[in-house]
Amino acid sequence: MTQSTIPKPQMPWGTSKAQRMATASLLVLAGLLAGAAIELTGLSGKLGFAAAYFFFASLVIFAQQLQLRDLAAAKDSLLSSFALLAMTITLIPIVSIVSTVVLKGYKGIHFGMFTNDMTQASVNDPVQAGGLLHALVGTIIMVGGALIVSFPIGLLTALYLTEIRGSLARPIKFLVQAMSGVPSIVAGLFILSILVIPVTQELNGLMGSLALSILMIPTIARTAEEMLLLIPNELREAGVALGATQWRTVSGVVVPAAKSGLVTAVILGIARIIGETAPILLVSGGADALNFNPMSGPMGSLPFYIWKAFLTGGTEEAYARAWGGMLILLILIMVLFGLARYLSGRRAV
Amino acid sequence: MTVTESSNNDNNMEKKMQTTTPSSLASVAGNREQRVPGTNLLGTGLETRGVHAWFGTKHVLSDVSLDFAAGTVTALIGPSGCGKSTYLRTLNRMHEFIPTAALAGEVLLDGQDIYAPGTDVTKIRLRVGMVFQKPNPFPSMTIGENVLSGLKLAQIKKSNTDELLESCLQRAGLWNEVKDRLGEHGGALSGGQQQRLCIARALAVEPQVLLMDEPCSALDPGSTFRIEQTISELAKSMTIVIVTHNMQQAARVADYTAFFLSDGGPGVMVETAPTSKIFSNPSDKRTEDYVTGRFG
Repeated sequence: MTQSTIPKPQMPWGTSKAQRMATASLLVLAGLLAGAAIELTGLSGKLGFAAAYFFFASLVIFAQQLQLRDLAAAKDSLLSSFALLAMTITLIPIVSIVSTVVLKGYKGIHFGMFTNDMTQASVNDPVQAGGLLHALVGTIIMVGGALIVSFPIGLLTALYLTEIRGSLARPIKFLVQAMSGVPSIVAGLFILSILVIPVTQELNGLMGSLALSILMIPTIARTAEEMLLLIPNELREAGVALGATQWRTVSGVVVPAAKSGLVTAVILGIARIIGETAPILLVSGGADALNFNPMSGPMGSLPFYIWKAFLTGGTEEAYARAWGGMLILLILIMVLFGLARYLSGRRAV
Repeated sequence: MTVTESSNNDNNMEKKMQTTTPSSLASVAGNREQRVPGTNLLGTGLETRGVHAWFGTKHVLSDVSLDFAAGTVTALIGPSGCGKSTYLRTLNRMHEFIPTAALAGEVLLDGQDIYAPGTDVTKIRLRVGMVFQKPNPFPSMTIGENVLSGLKLAQIKKSNTDELLESCLQRAGLWNEVKDRLGEHGGALSGGQQQRLCIARALAVEPQVLLMDEPCSALDPGSTFRIEQTISELAKSMTIVIVTHNMQQAARVADYTAFFLSDGGPGVMVETAPTSKIFSNPSDKRTEDYVTGRFG
């Protein structure tokens, strides 16, 4: 038996401690240089410092790589710096929005808001009075209604584009893409002018659902189309070769294989419309009272609740109420996106 | 399974795999027990008359007439792009699945033209099953559901599905490996097991004819050996047409071999004969050049 000692696992391609220290000290140097630039030149403020810091940091790292290795490596590091900058710029508004909503919104959160509506309170009352139960219920009913209308239409559209591939597929694909750019207020006005004014003459939750559907259908159709295109053609052939009709192959093989993707399509569709304000304001009426019936009477919603508190209030309480509503809405959207990521990341089951 | 059994199997397999020189192919084919056509009550088999195929305006297959007697195994060999896969797909009307495809000629199943107007294409595909080049089990289904998927998809009612499930997996040579894990997903199997699962799936609807489009090209020698065993077993109860690039495989499994070739134009069927004749004494010079490895 040969004697063998198992070597320690190593990562020879990693950065050594000395190199890391050198890079860190270079970054500190860049900070000092940026500070000097603020002092000596016309630059000022945090933004000026950030710009100067990025400039000097890229420069010193570029010089370090050039000296340690060669020009190609130096260019490589420069590209990394730009990618990092772009990432930071993207992140700033997101972090800023979320932190603002959380910092201002948590004051407007209290347990009673999930059990009360605003019939007994005005927006200027203390935050503890009233609540957003009616808005939460209204949002869920209207979004659910929109989903019931949009999912079949969106999925069938996607199936037309990917499975039937009829002669109208190209124009329809173009129209669906164009439709996803429709401004939300146009969707509201459309329902207002073709349904509310000539037919129902009443603002209610159903009208809100229909307006939201117009925005939701293109999102669901496009996402579902992409998910169905990921299903390999071999599976369709296998189904058809077993003696199945096209419809049986689609319903028995293709759609089940794309199930997790279709769940993602639904959740992205919901996230697209859940915060829509303009169409809701136009056609759902907006209410302060709890209303479970989408067919009759105005219906509240979270965006409407926020809008009303901001616009008709004027006190600290009203603002706290609005920020609280925003926080609830944001949490709802984040939960949905998290769910979408979780479901689409899982293996097709 | 005991250790001795498995090592025997391995030896067997190695012996089979070692036949690599073209001259030995004929003896491989000759050694095998010959199946005589017409001894089974399996219908009168499959026959094509003057089949041409096009993709758009490109003429890819010209005037192929072949007779597949019931209960025989026929191998289609030839270099890539000679139209043998296209020809195979005309036999169960999978050809028309490609949007620009066109066809001329007749394909007769038990004397009936499967392209005759009014023919229900799904019924044809139930009688003529297919196994594809790449294993393609349905990812949303378990192993058991995959095997029985044909019944569900074609809406066939069967009372004794458990028995059918076992017999299909037995005949595909997969039962012993999966009998305790029928509830797992098909994707959990190895490539060779997946391909045998696809064979079991094709068997569940009880086809008369089984078409195999290079069923072993993505598999290792061990899995290939298992599938060839399966083919020999299945040939007792059905007609098999297999496209293969592996001439040893044709010699090992096929009663008849047809050689396809394209000289840049549409593919033609150069020669068909009992397999031992194709590999020992082909009548066409081009066949001889191909099977002896002088080109292709």
